[in-house]
Amino acid sequence: MEIYAFYAIAAVVLSSAVLMVTSRNLVHSIVYMVISFVAVGGLFILLEAEFVAAVQILVYAGGIVVLFLFVVMLVNVTETYQVEFLHRQWLPAAVLSLILATQIGFLVWGNAGDLSADPSASASVLRAVDGGNTETLGMMLYTDYLLPFEVASVLLLVAMIGAIYLSKKRV
Amino acid sequence: MLEYFWLIPLVPLVGVVVNGLFASRYIRSQLFTGVLASGCMLVAFAIGLGSFVQLAGMPAADRHVEIELYDWISTSLVHMHDNATGVSAAPFNVPFGLQFDPLSALMVLVVTGVGFLIHVYAIGYMKHDPPDKGFYRFFTYMNLFASFMLILVLGNSFAMMFIGWEGVGLCSFLLIGYYYQKKSAGDAAKKAFVANRVGDAGFLIGMFTIFFTFGTLDYDQVFAAAAANYQVGAGVITFATMMLLIGATGKSAQIPLYVWLPDAMEGPTPVSALIHAATMVTAGVYMVVRSNVLFSLSPATMTAVAVIGALTALMAASIAMVQNDIKRVLAYSTVSQLGYMFLACGVGAYAVGVFHLMTHAFFKALLFMAAGSVMHALHGELDMWKMGNLRKYMPITHKTFLVGTLAIAGVPGLAGFFSKDEILWNAWAGPNGAPWLWAVGTLVAGMTAFYMTRMLIMVFYGDSRMDEHTESHVHENPHVMTAPLVVLAILSIVGGYVGIPANLQIGPLAALHERVDIVRWLEPVTGGHSEATEDHGEADAHAMLPQSDTLVGPAVGGEAAQVVARAGDEPAIVLAAQETGGAEQEHAEDHTALEWTLMLISTTVALAGIGLAYQIYGRGKPVDEPAKRFGGLYSAMWNKYWVDELYNAVFVNRAKDLGRALWVFDDAVLDGTVNGVAEATKQSANASNEFDGRVIDGTVNGVANSVWSSSWVFRALQTGMVQNYALVIAIGAFVLVSAYLFL
Amino acid sequence: MATLGLNHYLLLSALLFGIGVAGVLMRRNVIMVLMCLELIFNAANINLVAVSRFRPDMTGQVFTIFTIAVAAAEVAIGLGLVIAMFRNSQTVNVDEIHLLKG
Repeated sequence: MEIYAFYAIAAVVLSSAVLMVTSRNLVHSIVYMVISFVAVGGLFILLEAEFVAAVQILVYAGGIVVLFLFVVMLVNVTETYQVEFLHRQWLPAAVLSLILATQIGFLVWGNAGDLSADPSASASVLRAVDGGNTETLGMMLYTDYLLPFEVASVLLLVAMIGAIYLSKKRV
Repeated sequence: MLEYFWLIPLVPLVGVVVNGLFASRYIRSQLFTGVLASGCMLVAFAIGLGSFVQLAGMPAADRHVEIELYDWISTSLVHMHDNATGVSAAPFNVPFGLQFDPLSALMVLVVTGVGFLIHVYAIGYMKHDPPDKGFYRFFTYMNLFASFMLILVLGNSFAMMFIGWEGVGLCSFLLIGYYYQKKSAGDAAKKAFVANRVGDAGFLIGMFTIFFTFGTLDYDQVFAAAAANYQVGAGVITFATMMLLIGATGKSAQIPLYVWLPDAMEGPTPVSALIHAATMVTAGVYMVVRSNVLFSLSPATMTAVAVIGALTALMAASIAMVQNDIKRVLAYSTVSQLGYMFLACGVGAYAVGVFHLMTHAFFKALLFMAAGSVMHALHGELDMWKMGNLRKYMPITHKTFLVGTLAIAGVPGLAGFFSKDEILWNAWAGPNGAPWLWAVGTLVAGMTAFYMTRMLIMVFYGDSRMDEHTESHVHENPHVMTAPLVVLAILSIVGGYVGIPANLQIGPLAALHERVDIVRWLEPVTGGHSEATEDHGEADAHAMLPQSDTLVGPAVGGEAAQVVARAGDEPAIVLAAQETGGAEQEHAEDHTALEWTLMLISTTVALAGIGLAYQIYGRGKPVDEPAKRFGGLYSAMWNKYWVDELYNAVFVNRAKDLGRALWVFDDAVLDGTVNGVAEATKQSANASNEFDGRVIDGTVNGVANSVWSSSWVFRALQTGMVQNYALVIAIGAFVLVSAYLFL
Repeated sequence: MATLGLNHYLLLSALLFGIGVAGVLMRRNVIMVLMCLELIFNAANINLVAVSRFRPDMTGQVFTIFTIAVAAAEVAIGLGLVIAMFRNSQTVNVDEIHLLKG
């Protein structure tokens, strides 16, 4: 049963990603990106990582997309539809990307078998604290990963100040 | 109230802040601005009056309140001179201190009271100015003016006085130049400022000398030390007071610095009234009276003060006799009356000088505002030959102006009579008095009566000389302008009864004198000089004195008097006073008779002046008739004795010549040097440039060119496009993955 | 039809990564380039969460959180740069900016 869900979601992720890359209209691209992000969130639920899924939806499909839309409007509304939307090097780039994806796909498909065989009921580890994913994640973030967590918050602060400074009138 | 007297100078500042900061943008209401400005003056007056009443309730010797708000200047050691040890050091501390004593109290009442009436009048006078442009600016400056003047009269040290001294100078500059679009107004403002600066320099030097000598600027300490340590005629005191006198001549418009005051009428008329009556010009008189201890120690300076006063009075009065500009007559009249005050101070009758200052404030403010009222009704007309018969159209202005004229002319019963008579009496019989001073003063009294009557006749009587258009528009002004006139007219009548002369102290007037006497009121400040000569035969006056009959010396309050008394080895002052006193005592009976005689003569002269003016101007004679009759003298007076031209030729043009000479020097020598150096630098720079361009740049460019020509293959890789680089990264990834897969 | 295993997720991640790389290399619009970068981030996130599910180990999910945080910072700065770039050169096309050209 799970696998059908996976295929359906994967199809949505991939097709919306392809449409996003190939769409001439910037706003359409953003819409496809949202679909792709939401679908990835679905994958996370499938992987029993509810909290990460929630963050994915909130941050990506919520915040980042809004940011992109704002910039699109700020920068140039009239040029959202581009006739020449591809770079001169598009053909070699496309071929190279295809080859690269195939290679990596071949690589992981062949070498991940032993892990995929592990059927263990992961609940014990992934839901160690109070039987919840969010609680476990929170416990880890605030104990073992406290320092990186704080560093990340500082990073966000720095990014915020940097963004404000960059978008001021005079840079 | 007395404990809050330090609020007096601060209250007008409220008006300054509110009107100055918010009126142009947010308030934009003439009514608000005007009422606020006047209200501030009224509140200041109320506080002043309350404090005055409380002060009057205290014993005469204790009438002295001081408050130090904070340390204004506080430095460590400043070098100064010390008699005992040669040169030593002392700290220089100036607290922001205010004091309230009889003199300050009187001055506060004059400044705030008359100032308030002028503010009210100005609401009507200035109503043609837009509330967000000129109107608010006017009232801001006016309040600032009053505030600085109050600091001047309330300060407890020379440094505090200097704040007000400079402040009123600044405000007079701003207000005289109020119509700054007019060149004449701007010039007049500059003239006032420059003339005042000359005086201020004198004041500063005098102040520095005082600090250098006494190590302090505080009045009480300076005066006590001066009375205790210096004999009459001490050189340093003479120098200091001479310098202070220069400052006073600047502020109070005396010879030689009087030239700015007649031009000061370029400002709006309420400004003239404020400058001439309540503030500014009285500063010099106030300063002399305040420093009377120092001045009394220097007979030379006293003589200078008296002579300057007498000559200024005479000269200004003679100029005023022929001017046709209504405000110009009044301006010279002010100069002349200030000369009277200096004359009074110079002969040692300080209290009488202040007395005349007060009465003069009443009638001069009245006259100026009445003249402004006339101007206002006649759309700014200043030439008296274009007026006439205005009593028909402006009854209130006419009546008040008539009162003012009679008061200043010295008609018995009005304010000017009492104060002028006191001055003349002291000019004859005061400590430094002399008959010729009295003669000049009496002559000036006659001239004053003459020009004031002439003015009255030309403006209000006779046939109308206005053109028809003006005549059809003439009207009496609204109550906001006439009410202050009425109040001042009443004051001009009754103001004189606070200082009744000795010979008139009979009947009810004696009883009044018993209760109210300005000379007695000012005694804690001015010491006993004027009293000593005038009231010597009267025991009641001396009963008021804290010290004994023989110890009538220059003193500040009871404390300083004790200092004098203690300084037993300094008998000079005391002796001088005793001598005068003794001489007076012998002729005690003559006094009353002499005083009567002098009074009769001066009154007769004044009435003769009135009569002469009526003879010449009261009969509808043609305009140029007086000019023909007096010829050269008339011309000299008309041209103000060419003093302005003289100053221009001697000072202004010489200053310009000096500037031109300096400019030539600057151009030829300094600029020549600078340009020569610049030229040399340019030449050497050119040579250096050649070398740099050929040799060094040649080498560098050669190397660069060789690198450039050999690097084409790398340049082709550097496209500058980010995505090319990204593609290369992707190729790298492809290579790595391929290696992992196939190797 | 086999059971759903780790390799499915990894393959999907690889394809998504390829699409992202292709977008980054092909598109001219700098905003689009940034969006494709987000696709690559997503591919990495899928990997992390999937491995975390199948090992099983929570560390993967923790790292995903950090990745998302860093991605958010990257977008903020990147878009700030886009605005600055647009203000300076009036274009959002990457290939029109070649100041680094040798």
